[in-house]
Amino acid sequence: MTDQSLTTSITSTTTPAVIQLEGAEVVLGGRTIWKNVNLSVQPGEFLAILGPNGAGKSTLLKAILGLIPLSQGRLSVFGHPARRGNAAIGYVPQRRHFDADVRVRGRSIVRLGLDGSNWGLPLPFLQPQKARDAARRVQEAIDLVGAGAYADRPVGELSGGEQQRLLIAQALVTQPQILALDEPLESLDLKNQQGVAAVIRQISQETGAAVLLVAHDVNPILPAVDRVVYVANGQVAVGTPEEVITTETLSRLYQTPIEVLRASDGRIVVVGQPAEEANHYARPLR
Amino acid sequence: MHVLFADGVSLSWNPVSDLQILLQFHFMQNAYLAGTLVATGAGIMGYFMVLRSQSFAGHSLSNVGFAGATGAALLGVPAVVGLFIAGLAAAIGIQALNVGERQSRQSDIAVGAVLTASLALGFLFIHLSTAEYAASIYDVLFGNILGISDADVNVIVWATIALLAILVCIARPLFFASLDPDVAAARGVPVRALAFGYLVLLALVVALAVQIVGVLLIFALLVTPAAIAQYMTTRPAIAVAVAVVLALIFTWLGLAVGYFTPYPVSFFITTFAFGTYLLARGVRFALDRQGRRAIASRTARVGGEA
Repeated sequence: MTDQSLTTSITSTTTPAVIQLEGAEVVLGGRTIWKNVNLSVQPGEFLAILGPNGAGKSTLLKAILGLIPLSQGRLSVFGHPARRGNAAIGYVPQRRHFDADVRVRGRSIVRLGLDGSNWGLPLPFLQPQKARDAARRVQEAIDLVGAGAYADRPVGELSGGEQQRLLIAQALVTQPQILALDEPLESLDLKNQQGVAAVIRQISQETGAAVLLVAHDVNPILPAVDRVVYVANGQVAVGTPEEVITTETLSRLYQTPIEVLRASDGRIVVVGQPAEEANHYARPLR
Repeated sequence: MHVLFADGVSLSWNPVSDLQILLQFHFMQNAYLAGTLVATGAGIMGYFMVLRSQSFAGHSLSNVGFAGATGAALLGVPAVVGLFIAGLAAAIGIQALNVGERQSRQSDIAVGAVLTASLALGFLFIHLSTAEYAASIYDVLFGNILGISDADVNVIVWATIALLAILVCIARPLFFASLDPDVAAARGVPVRALAFGYLVLLALVVALAVQIVGVLLIFALLVTPAAIAQYMTTRPAIAVAVAVVLALIFTWLGLAVGYFTPYPVSFFITTFAFGTYLLARGVRFALDRQGRRAIASRTARVGGEA
């Protein structure tokens, strides 16, 4: 099966897509990041965006968020061209941690997701009902990610996993139909990785939001993933994990022999990638 | 009971008559009005400065202001105009070089070189100007709140009104952009425009505050109250309010003590701020240690039961 036929077989669907890319290409600083990308994301679908460092995984998210323009092709979100500041997309960017000396409580950071981009100041004394509504929605988002125990502590003092949960809550507080997460599991220890992955899986089921999750390692989220988008060497392959994470497809994408092994418990191990990648895939799931 | 000081102003323990004595002269009324307005603006701007880790940028703006103030005296324009123009130029430079935050050793060196050059330029301006101005150089370095004129008060009133009006509009997106620029940008907040706008407002506050506490002591109003406020609360709106109240208390107390003693006002403002800062850090340290011990003992107990 060629790359072309693999992607077209997925896009030829009839239900209205929340995100639609056709022949999309991004050029940054004279370098083509990826081209000829065809992808259509269904409501409630869980997509893992995989690939080596620098392949353009984050660029794909940023294009969908309207932060990076396409140089060719079409990209529509809810049937409209992608635009900045779309409250229907919740975004958690790739990040390091908040500095330890940031003494702002987590709840205020979650609240920013609701109305942080509005000009002017809220007036809780004049509009008590509105203030109560906002507080309730913030609390719901905090409860959804299980961050209630530490939501009022200074965010700089929290662990990476706790910070990540609060940032996911921030992205969720507008009840978005798309949740775009850029390496939310990166730099977390194994226990927190599993915890945050479980929260994301649960959110995708409970809220019905489409999830686009950039990851190095598909294993912690594998049970929830509907399809993977594999970005490598300027090309993109889309399909179910069984279709894409195969010796054949990855060898073609990387243009070098790759071996994909499947452990008896369902874990996927990819062997023969560029060196820095290899170890990420060897992490156990449980 | 009366306490007598060298300059003959007597202090009774009757607060009403003390207040009357304190405000009996026009220059003290001006000082209190100017101090109150500047402390309010500085307290709010300071909160964002600490949040954005831009205290270095504030330091730059005030040092460049030294050249601005002395240059203004040389040209015969009001010091506050020279301060603001120099601050504006520094704000544009900081934005263009993108060195607002302490990012790398290189940018620290670049800013340091520019600061030294502007101090040297200010020194040249003093040398070129008349001898009588050179004598008032202490006012630029350490402030002279007791020398605030009616015209100065006028400028401070209008500038503070403009500052507060703009802050009411941009405070929330500015808070978002300061804390989490990536997400703010994705949500449509103009992060870079706000960063520049903030520096311009900071240049304005610095230009006003230099008259109160001077180029060298400006952190007492800009950074210290906001830093203390962040030790006291993690709620942003309350922290801003606490920073303003602290800046007001330091200024009012500093003015009063400076009036009843022969010593300079800005020394007292700075010292009260510093003392409170030490106290706040000490209390925070003790509370954190207590908190950690409580968590540790709880964990140990749970571990023991399990």
